[in-house]
Amino acid sequence: MNLEELEQIAVTEREAREKVRHEVRVCMAAGCLSCQSQGVKDALTAEVKNRGLEETHKVKGVGCMGLCSEGPLVATSEKQMYKHVASADAAALVNSLDGEPVKRLDCPTDVPFFQRQKKIVLENSGVIDPERIEDYIAEGGYRAIVNALSDMMPQEVISEITTSGLRGRGGAGYPTGLKWSTVSRADGNPKYVICNADEGDPGAFMDRSVLESDPHRVLEGMLIAAYAVGASEGFIYVRAEYPLAIKRLKTAIRQAERLGLLGTNICGTRFSFRIDLRLGAGAFVCGEETALIASVEGKRGTPRPRPPYPAMSGLFGQPTLINNVETYANVPPIIRNGGAWYAEIGTEKSKGTKVFALAGRIENTGLVEVPMGITLRDIVYDIGGGIPEGRKFKAVQTGGPSGGCLPADCLDMPVDYESLAKAGSIMGSGGMIIMDESSCMVDVAKYFMDFCMTESCGKCVPCRVGTYQMHRILSAITNLTATEPDLKMLEELCDLLKNTSLCGLGQSAPNPVVSTLKSFAEEYRAHIHDKKCAAGVCGAHENGGDEKSKPEEKNEARELSEVGA
Amino acid sequence: MSAYVSKPQPPTQDKRWKLVDATMRRLGHQSRGLIETLHTVQEAFGYLDESALRYVAMSLRVPLSRAYGVATFYHFFTLKPAGKHTCVVCLGTACYIKGAPQLLDAMQKDLDIKPGETTPDGNVSLLTARCLGSCGLAPAVVYDNEVAGKVSPQSLREHLSKWNHHES
Repeated sequence: MNLEELEQIAVTEREAREKVRHEVRVCMAAGCLSCQSQGVKDALTAEVKNRGLEETHKVKGVGCMGLCSEGPLVATSEKQMYKHVASADAAALVNSLDGEPVKRLDCPTDVPFFQRQKKIVLENSGVIDPERIEDYIAEGGYRAIVNALSDMMPQEVISEITTSGLRGRGGAGYPTGLKWSTVSRADGNPKYVICNADEGDPGAFMDRSVLESDPHRVLEGMLIAAYAVGASEGFIYVRAEYPLAIKRLKTAIRQAERLGLLGTNICGTRFSFRIDLRLGAGAFVCGEETALIASVEGKRGTPRPRPPYPAMSGLFGQPTLINNVETYANVPPIIRNGGAWYAEIGTEKSKGTKVFALAGRIENTGLVEVPMGITLRDIVYDIGGGIPEGRKFKAVQTGGPSGGCLPADCLDMPVDYESLAKAGSIMGSGGMIIMDESSCMVDVAKYFMDFCMTESCGKCVPCRVGTYQMHRILSAITNLTATEPDLKMLEELCDLLKNTSLCGLGQSAPNPVVSTLKSFAEEYRAHIHDKKCAAGVCGAHENGGDEKSKPEEKNEARELSEVGA
Repeated sequence: MSAYVSKPQPPTQDKRWKLVDATMRRLGHQSRGLIETLHTVQEAFGYLDESALRYVAMSLRVPLSRAYGVATFYHFFTLKPAGKHTCVVCLGTACYIKGAPQLLDAMQKDLDIKPGETTPDGNVSLLTARCLGSCGLAPAVVYDNEVAGKVSPQSLREHLSKWNHHES
């Protein structure tokens, strides 16, 4: 494979596309699939076939289009978008291609949700068929790696990444260029490249979407990384809970191998690289790099103290580069367009764009990619469309169980690594959960503590015992039985966990508590002194809700089990 | 005692062991393939029982304690067979905010089982998930591998009673 051959594939693919007059793109990512988009695609394909229009009309399954709350989504090559499409609408949609758009299904695209986004990572999502490598190549795919192999030294690749100012998208924001150069300088052979696709944060689904919508981009990013650091073997550690992402990755790897873009002597050079999948098995702590390495080695996913960092001694004791899915997805465009191009986007210290998953009490739930430095208000009110049912914004939770809750006075803060950290939260992997006044912040803190308590691997005492104790106190507060000394103890435990835990999970576990204690202290006080929960979530919920319906339900349950027996 | 141990035999004649053997062969019978192999066993048989763990541990030459440790450390592996139907309630943040705890309460009351348990008649297993990534559809529930969005305790009960009536 060389540049000419790659270009040939792209040209053939583009010619085939030109023969098609209308292209109908049906979203085949997890969100839309769970509202039966497969049926919509089948119905459209059948409709086109029945009318004998296969030559000029093409129905294509594509990746995520972003606006998951309005799925199933369908887009046409005339830039018309439809929402809530059902199989029964197939005929109307095919009719509309040569005439007027279907009004009742219209999904306007001139709204801020689409207009204010800047797509780099998601540029191919919703455009290409994730199961065809040719489609990716036609959009300029694999050009970056072929170019790098023929014209760039590994050192030049690294300096391009360094210039771009790209930082790790997994949460901590470590400069990617620095990490790459550390691994490339490390002694040891072989070296490994790992892609962390163990997206465990509840409420975050960007990595899944990237893997499902554009898997080749991640492979290309890993190839470039492997070339830069001198690695010959790579692993993608992906959650077993993402079967569709796994299937598409397997397909992508097979296709890339067939074209000689993965394997030995890629593009006729001495560079060889293989990628294998490793399935996670549902342990949140495996998102931590040393735990992830243990898991790839087939052991329990428990972290170990650092240093030595994985860059020096990682998988099987060899130098290992670990980056997140979104980080790798940013690499091909940087190599294609140059690091300086990327560095122009974003803020001084946080470059480029970030994909966020909007969820919770917000009008437009789904995926958005925005330049760094945009304000939270723009994301929540402009892009997200504000809070539904005329309710009031209360807080936004970023960074999952390791992050914090930001109150309304943080809305005008720019979104970048430093500002979020200063406000007591973290960028995290990019989940943003919006809450209105129907959520109790103590209950939310308890929810995250419950998460950390269950997910603690049990290796170090502060995390294993501390999360349990903190959960106990938070439960007492939400049961309205806590006293003032409990609150003191809670604060002490926050400090203890943060400073003495072994890995990131324990160190950041107190964050949701610390941030809510800071911004919503009066709620804690109301729970403890006045025995009241303003949101009406606590106390009552613990007793099992509406007392009246209880006996009946019990009877019903007994009847049901008798029927079953 | 010789260092050479004869090749372990699968616990039963079941053809599905061939899949497990294939996975182990692909990974060169190395101990690092333990998690992958357990995934294959669970995919083929639905759960990991003692004989399966013994066979995998012997074949990959890892102590049984390590195989058991891995199988119990990761939430994805289960040592008990699941019920005829499974119902997974998503407890991701978005679902939690939009009422997943009420769904779980309703199920626990109706079926008298806790998350991770199966009804005594083996009909329904209740499971929870950390996040299904279907946050746009919160709260989400998976009925027998089919994701349903915007679930209410009402619709959940309807689904459950359908399962129970089919049984009778």
